Amino acid sequence: MRAQEHDGPQAPPVRLSGTSIIREITASGVEFVVSVPDITTSEGLLRPLVRAGTPRVIRVCKEDEGIGICAGLAHCGKRALLLIQQTGMLDSINAIRGVAVEYELPICMMVGLLQKEPHLRPRQSQRYGVRIVEPILDAMGIAYHEIEGEPDVAKIRSAIDDAYADSRPVVLLIGQTPS
Amino acid sequence: MMKNDDCLRALARHVTDEDIVVPVYTAAFDWLAIRPHPLNYLAHGAMGLASSHALGLALGRPDRRVIVLDGDGSLLMNLGSLVSIAEAAPRNLFHFVCENGTYEANGGHPIPNRANVDFAGFARSAGYPAVHIFSDLKIFEQQVAAVLSEDGPVFATLKVTPSGPQNRDYSRLHGADVRAATKAALAR
Repeated sequence: MRAQEHDGPQAPPVRLSGTSIIREITASGVEFVVSVPDITTSEGLLRPLVRAGTPRVIRVCKEDEGIGICAGLAHCGKRALLLIQQTGMLDSINAIRGVAVEYELPICMMVGLLQKEPHLRPRQSQRYGVRIVEPILDAMGIAYHEIEGEPDVAKIRSAIDDAYADSRPVVLLIGQTPS
Repeated sequence: MMKNDDCLRALARHVTDEDIVVPVYTAAFDWLAIRPHPLNYLAHGAMGLASSHALGLALGRPDRRVIVLDGDGSLLMNLGSLVSIAEAAPRNLFHFVCENGTYEANGGHPIPNRANVDFAGFARSAGYPAVHIFSDLKIFEQQVAAVLSEDGPVFATLKVTPSGPQNRDYSRLHGADVRAATKAALAR
């Protein structure tokens, strides 16, 4: 599935809950979360995941390392989620191109959108580094979903299931700071 | 210094049918001639990522040894992976670096500061519990079995010279059929 329609500003979203996002990640069968810290998801997702211990959090120094690790895990039949910031995703474009897209591997990326305005969709952002993200994913043919408010959390499990079923990458764009 | 293929031949004598081997570029073409096997994981997608693929494999299959045959130029593109591997600490990961001082697959240009760079020093500082350097084939032959029986992650620099001309047909590394065979072998 590609992105939703993007016409017009969106209604103020219902605040995202980190607890419900983690519940969906766990219910998706994800055993490993590979992460470079991202300020949007730092407190609401990464810290509670580390405290919980399951899924196992693997800290990495750079996001493209995570692409390789998730690929190795996918070859072993293990589900993983790469939790990063869009700056790191942009830095890893060649790894995403080669490993996820050209090798058709289920690399699942949860990407915090640094400096995105909560009331705007990513394409409408005043920030260049935010509004280019979806067009780049379109150009690469990578499926993505906007996770802007609590009702969007239900997309997470099916997005991960679909990525593994079809052996293709997916990006979940976290548009506001989860509580 | 050791010839790359002599060195890999010595290693291959201690690699079992259960082991997963992740060879990179120049080492991969030598390795394919020495040990063709469906558990050779050859497709890395982007230069430098072999050690990271290997970490994923080691975490995903803790019942198997994962042996990565990295290049020095490749590892320089992903030095942070040394730190990530040391923290994740998979006991089944064996990280060999074939150090020839050049980007051999990209025209043979020297790696930066090749006279001084110390890969074993990087690994030691990153936190690998076991680090080795080999430059003499006889000593490597004597010690490689012991190295492969240590608790990982283990790091070893292999000081090598090129083996000679290679058939660098990259479809042998990351063709769709090669990837499918690896995936099938790992699923067994």
